[in-house]
Order: sequence, then C-alpha cells, then structure tokens
Amino acid sequence: MNARPNDTPILRAEHFTKYLSGRKILDDCSISIYPGDVKVLIGPSGAGKSTFLQCINCLLEPDEGEIWLGDRKVDVRNTRELCELRQHVGMIFQDFNLFDHLSAEDNVALAPRKVRGMNKQEALKRAHAELRRVGLEDKARLYPAELSGGQKQRVAIARALAMDPTVLLLDEPTSALDPELVGEVLTVIRDLASHGMPMIMVTHQMEFAQAVATEILFMEQGRVIEQGSPDELLAPGSQTRTQDFCVRLHDLCGGEAAAQE
Amino acid sequence: MLDFLDPTFIFDRAIPYLNQGLLMSLGLIVPASLIGGFIGVVMGVLRVFGSPWIRRSVDSIVAVIRGVPLTVQLMILYFGLPSVPGLKIYLSPYAAALIGFIVCTASYQSEYVRGTLLSIRQGQIKAAQALGMTRWQTIRSVIVPQAIRRALPGCGNEIIYLVKYSSLAYIVTCIELTGEAKILVSRTFRPTEVYLIAACYYLVMVSAATWLLARLEKALAIPGFGVQK
Repeated sequence: MNARPNDTPILRAEHFTKYLSGRKILDDCSISIYPGDVKVLIGPSGAGKSTFLQCINCLLEPDEGEIWLGDRKVDVRNTRELCELRQHVGMIFQDFNLFDHLSAEDNVALAPRKVRGMNKQEALKRAHAELRRVGLEDKARLYPAELSGGQKQRVAIARALAMDPTVLLLDEPTSALDPELVGEVLTVIRDLASHGMPMIMVTHQMEFAQAVATEILFMEQGRVIEQGSPDELLAPGSQTRTQDFCVRLHDLCGGEAAAQE
Repeated sequence: MLDFLDPTFIFDRAIPYLNQGLLMSLGLIVPASLIGGFIGVVMGVLRVFGSPWIRRSVDSIVAVIRGVPLTVQLMILYFGLPSVPGLKIYLSPYAAALIGFIVCTASYQSEYVRGTLLSIRQGQIKAAQALGMTRWQTIRSVIVPQAIRRALPGCGNEIIYLVKYSSLAYIVTCIELTGEAKILVSRTFRPTEVYLIAACYYLVMVSAATWLLARLEKALAIPGFGVQK
C-alpha cells in the first residue's frame, strides 16, 4: 500500500505556515497526495486540522508555503490559477454549506454552468448522474431546508464531484450529523475511496479512518507530529501519540454511550 | 353654502381632475421604484463587496442623500442646477422629480440590501469559492439571490414610503396627485372633498403596492426563505 509510484504527486502542499490574529495556527505543515491516497488528519481540537485543509485550496491563504498541482507550482495570487486549483480540489464542509436558495439539482449544476460554461441542460444531466451516484436522484427537486443532514451532506459530495476534482478535501464531514445519519455519508465516502478518489479527510471517526486511510497524520499545536500507516500508528502498544489520542477518544465516546444508556 | 360632500361635485369634477394627477403620480412611482430598486441593489453590493475606495465613495453618497431632506434635494435639482456656472443643467419638472426620487429610494434600498448581504453566512461564500467560482460569480449567483429574498420586506417598506413622498413632486411644479388637488382646492374652496379623495387614492396605491409585494414574496418563496407555504 505504501509502495509509491515514481511519478510526481497529484497535489503537494509544502511548508504551510499560517497566522490568525497574531497566533501561529499552522507551523510548517506539508502533505502530498498520490493517486489512490486517502490521508486522514486527526488531532485534538485547535490543532490546526481545518486550517490546514482550508489552506490547501486557499480558502485561507497560507502566509508561507507552496502548492503544487502535479509538477506545476500554483501562483495563488493569480485569480485564474487559483480558480483552476479550486476546480481540481473539491471540498466537503462540516456544516454542508449547500446553497440555500437552490434545489439539490441546481446546487450540483451551478458550478458546472458558471465555471465550466456548460449549458443548463447538460449541467442538469450531469447533476442527476452525480445525485444518482450518492443515492439521491429522487430528491433532485428538493431544497436544502427539506433535506435531512445526511442527505444534505450527500448533495454536497455530489456537488463537489460534478466538477471532476482530482482530490477531495473533507472537513469533518460527519461531525454535524445525528448519529443515525453518519452511516449513509460514510458509505458514500467509502465507495469513493474504493474507486480510487484521492482524499484528505479530517475526522474523529477513528474506526472509519482506520478502515479507509492509507496514511494518518496526527496534528497538535499546528504541527504534524506523527505520520504513518494506520497499522503502524494504531497498533496496540505502539506508544504513539496517535494511539494514545485514539484510546482516550474511544474511552470518552464509550463513556458517553454508557451514560446515555 | 355649498353642500358638504356633494356627489355631483365629487364625481363630475373632482375625480376626473384628480385622475390626471394620479396618472402623473404613477408615472413617477413605478419607474422610480423599479430603477431605484435596481440601483439600490447595485449600490448595496458595491458598499459590501467593492474595493475600499468604491465602498467609501458610495457610503458618502448615501450619507449625503440620507442627510438632506428630499424637498431640499428636489429644489437643488430643479432650481439650483440651472444656475451652476458652466454647468447650466435645465431639468424638466418631471425629470427633476424622477431623478430625485430614484436617487433617494436607491440610497435607502441600498441600506436594506447591505444589511441582508452581510447576513449571508460565510459558509455559502466559501462553498462557492471552493468550487472555483470567481468573486463576482459568487456574488451574482449565490449571495445576491439570497440577500434579495431576505431584503424584500424592507424594500417593500421603502416602496410604500416612495408612494407617499411622491407627493413632494408638486414643489418642483411636477403636478401629480397632490399638486392637482391643491390647484383644484384653490379654484373651488372645497378642501375636505378634494383632499379626502386624494387621501383615498394614496391609500389605494399603498394597498395595491402591499398586495403586489406580497405576491412577489410568495412567487420568490423557497423552503427555508421568506413566506412559509
């Protein structure tokens, strides 16, 4: 699984540093994505995971660092290059961020129409294909306010896929969902991973991460402090910070579940 | 003494006379609300998303327009502009009134629109940017359509004000409903009837505007926005 092809990665983010209101949130973080990679970022809250993710497609502009798309360096100050980078990098948000005034199909069709200049009919056809892929073709005409959280997140995934991204960034895609809705979203993500869609994902779903990740990056205080395959980092008794964190996370969730019963 | 509320006078003289004024009033209100509304949206967008320089200039325009009574603005447009040396702009009464109303209503509308533009969640903007949309594509396709739906009740309020402050046009000799009423009163000395009819006309216009706006809100309604069906 770790055997690297010799060619260049699809996307490289190198030496990212980011300050927010005077505080150093990211400190020299790097990540590179090869075809088929599923990289999972974990760590305590405030570790800079979401900031790192948002710097990769420049929703937050990193103060230092370089972004490489294949073997080409992206000039993020150049609007055209920036928009092109973002077309290659799909993003899924914790709170979905569907366009509230558009139906599911129009949510998916908007960017293909505006950014790629597809005509309305073509774009809607594409939208229906993507909605079918996430199992929501029958909800195409509903508005976000009429969908459940899990359905909203699946529409958001369809929306990102309609731009044919080469990498998907997922920022805690299931954290805002009711527990019984988490499964349907994870199923879609697992399906994408098994079809070889490269992803970088921030999540607290450790079992899921362990199952799909090719590599886990553990972040704390703005730095990637551990990095390796799930088997290495999460092996019982491996004495890694990652393993320690996961045990504590598990205890916490286990305790909560017990309290509810 | 004449009969009070004499039907012959009301139906044969006052109403036909005031109908001419009503037409002129509508000729001011309809274009002013449509053009002013559009310019208001543009100004609102510039005040929120324009470059700092543009933002500051539009803000100052609004500050001046909102800070000066409309009557004074109309007088400057009609009586003041012709005597500016080197400029000498002569506006017809209708043009002066219409321009005054458009500028005034656009400034107020821009404030309603600005408020709702600011209320659109950052996540909506981030989502559009993450899809590769440019700033103006995001504003046009995502932010403005949502903001307008939220601004509609406030903008409707401004249109209702406009119906009523259109009665200032007679000051610059653009003889609309109130102007015709004044002239008729000075000829007939029957202020009660004439002004009551004028009042009814305004009430009908405001009610019609309210009804139209409610229909518009319903037509634009979307689950999660505006009118709940």
